[in-house]
Amino acid sequence: MIEAALVIDNQATFRALMDCMARPGEIKTLGCADAPPPLMAGTAAIMRGLADYETPVWLDGTLANPAVAEWIRFQTGAPVVTDPQRAAFALVGSGAVLPDFAAFSPGSQDYPDRSATLIVQVERFSGAMFSLTGPGIRSEGTLAAEPVPEDFAERCAANHALFPRGVDVVLVAGDRVAALPRTVRVTRKG
Amino acid sequence: MYVAVKGGERAIENAHALLADVRRGDRSLPELTLDQIEQQLALAVDRVMSEGSLYDRELAALAIKQARGDLIEAIFLLRAYRTTLPRFGVSEPIETGAMRIRRRISAAFKDLPGGQVLGPTFDYTHRLLDHDLAEGGGVPPAPTAPAETVTFCSVADLLARSGGLIEEEVPLDQEVGDLTREPLSFPADRDLRLQNLARGDEGFLLALAYSTQRGYGRNHPFAGEIRYGEVEIESFAEEVGFAVPLGSISVTECQSINQFTGSTTHAPRFTRGYGLAFGQSERKAMSMALVDRALRAREFGEETGAPAQDEEFVLSHSDNVQATGFVEHLKLPHYVDFQSELGLLRKLRAEFFARKDSIEDEQGMQDAAE
Amino acid sequence: MTAPVYNFAYLDEQTKRMIRRAILKAIAIPGYQVPFASREMPMPYGWGTGGVQVTASIIGPDDILKVIDQGSDDTTNAVSIRKFFSRTAGVRTTTATREATVIQTRHRIPETPLTEDQVLVYQVPIPEPLRFLEPRETETRRMHALSEYGLMHVKLYEDIARHGHIATTYAYPVKVAQRYVMDPSPIPKFDNPKLTDCPALQLFGAGREKRIYAIPPYTPVVSLDFDDHPFEPYRHDAQCELCGAADSYLDEVITDDNGSRMFVCSDTDYCETRRATGKGAQQSAPATEHRS
Repeated sequence: MIEAALVIDNQATFRALMDCMARPGEIKTLGCADAPPPLMAGTAAIMRGLADYETPVWLDGTLANPAVAEWIRFQTGAPVVTDPQRAAFALVGSGAVLPDFAAFSPGSQDYPDRSATLIVQVERFSGAMFSLTGPGIRSEGTLAAEPVPEDFAERCAANHALFPRGVDVVLVAGDRVAALPRTVRVTRKG
Repeated sequence: MYVAVKGGERAIENAHALLADVRRGDRSLPELTLDQIEQQLALAVDRVMSEGSLYDRELAALAIKQARGDLIEAIFLLRAYRTTLPRFGVSEPIETGAMRIRRRISAAFKDLPGGQVLGPTFDYTHRLLDHDLAEGGGVPPAPTAPAETVTFCSVADLLARSGGLIEEEVPLDQEVGDLTREPLSFPADRDLRLQNLARGDEGFLLALAYSTQRGYGRNHPFAGEIRYGEVEIESFAEEVGFAVPLGSISVTECQSINQFTGSTTHAPRFTRGYGLAFGQSERKAMSMALVDRALRAREFGEETGAPAQDEEFVLSHSDNVQATGFVEHLKLPHYVDFQSELGLLRKLRAEFFARKDSIEDEQGMQDAAE
Repeated sequence: MTAPVYNFAYLDEQTKRMIRRAILKAIAIPGYQVPFASREMPMPYGWGTGGVQVTASIIGPDDILKVIDQGSDDTTNAVSIRKFFSRTAGVRTTTATREATVIQTRHRIPETPLTEDQVLVYQVPIPEPLRFLEPRETETRRMHALSEYGLMHVKLYEDIARHGHIATTYAYPVKVAQRYVMDPSPIPKFDNPKLTDCPALQLFGAGREKRIYAIPPYTPVVSLDFDDHPFEPYRHDAQCELCGAADSYLDEVITDDNGSRMFVCSDTDYCETRRATGKGAQQSAPATEHRS
């Protein structure tokens, strides 16, 4: 039997993430999860809530240390893979070194759901400001995050252009999260 | 005056109480025990285990009792229970060649190593109601004889050994799929097709198998071998590095030998159909083997188009728990949609009669003018 | 034999994770049907197993659940599902649309406008809008992939040719966010206008067919139609004889063997709330109308 508190924590984590995915740009706070640095609490909570033996996890260079990989294997049972194309979840230690989205599976035209979800750690939800439109957003939304690459909006636009294929991005800063699903149109503000 | 229907909760509880009451029936009669069901309705238990995909005779007997003998309901109960069980792992493939045989027949050879073993079967009984059975009473033990050998080589293996007269069984080079863990997508590989058929409704498979014999996708089957008996189940244990025995289960296996195929690169050879069911379920295992072979039509470049060869059709409709749920869901209220249809129908009829009237009026005026 | 101990909201954690992942992808691809490994539930297929699995995967101890069937909280199926969740998850339940945070429904969207703090979970029998035109999954999947929806327009146009109207009155197909044609589940087309730009997240679960799909909040949803035959929402030429509402979907109730009938709100909470706040029908005696 799984510890009852964990069952409730995982539900809360998911519900917050579901709200974020449904309302791109909205920021939610997740419950705490102990995580080996440089894994942030939010990233750890998402992994514990959603990853398991069915979801290969890929770690970028900043996260690929034995402690993180071991934590993921032990806490979730998910296989840690080195081929980013196989990843169901791709963890990126810092938005500053965000890899090209093309490195990850965008799903197929027949099965666009077979695509990667990128969990990208940033330092804060302030700084570079983006304007967001699309499903889930009433007229226009905004999201600020840093660090992200200079051409972040262009990368998101290229991802959006693949629709219905494409990757979905979750940004994490500490225990706070926001999501940018493939549906969202992102433009740099100011 | 109309009163909105209320008190659904109480009505449901009362209906459940009534169900329990009629399930027990006449209280002056002894209540059925699970042992009685398990022992004396053993074939019902076998079917419920097969289609419920859970090997547990006691739980299957309980399901049959709870379902008042409705086997599809019992299968449903067992399936719903099965879903809640933790999964510890996957067994090694069972070795039916090492089966402790209770029954084994081949229609392809007059005699063969191990011989024909009739075992417990209805096959040669005259179907006359046995009124002695109604009375009950003592049944003498069946005669026994020491067995020459306990395990027999399978007929298909004998054929394969004698120079490739039958297609080789190629071991799967990937992990076996599981349609209870991931949704079926088409085209489906043979592992998933067999799993689907093994869980499939006996009556549905029987009708499909029958249709292939009558020419809807004929594949010229011989009952190469049907065997029923006990096999060992083993599971590979990481800790010790080898497979450890978990116990034994009884299964019925049917290997059909079908029409040969060949090409410029392959010598002509027989093909196979395969059926496996828990317990003694020959009708099911045979039907499964015929349908399995029919579903391989494309693989052999045969003409397709018959219902039993249509993978999407067969696999999407074989599950009786799904089928009964959806057919029976029509009992649920649909009055909102019915109201919508009623509204449109009234409108269409009003328009129809208005058109008709105006045409008749026009004709009337023409008649009057003439 | 020991009685099994069930997890919070019945489903085991691995199943919930699998369904939760499917829900996230469904939200990211509005209107696209995500295949999921639907579990065998302790209720029959076709009786809401998809909706129940979705609700079980999203619901938490702080949620307040409302379950309706045909707009009513008191129909047998709604009662049974509500009971399932109060027993397995211990959540609070309500019949008031306004109070609920999660609403599971079969065949209706509540009349009371939904809010951003709510999730509407639909029970879906056949998720594939093209299924009755093309029974093969392999074919319909290709049509969705290529956005090839000509067949659906042909069907609707044939209706117009034969009847002068589009003869689909429920499960009326829609296009979500200008991309996927979607079956909104068998809601009456009266409810279709509520699908678009809805502040609440809408999730759809089809258990037997093993599909989950979604409409995110504030997403454009258009009922399919033609320039010369625009979508017409269903209108009643009557008002509720209990609360006097002229804007709600009405059930027709036969009141005697001569076919006398009266109309009442299908949404029982809406009707009761109106009556509780002093709104009532103009005339108290039911209007009798005979079948023509």
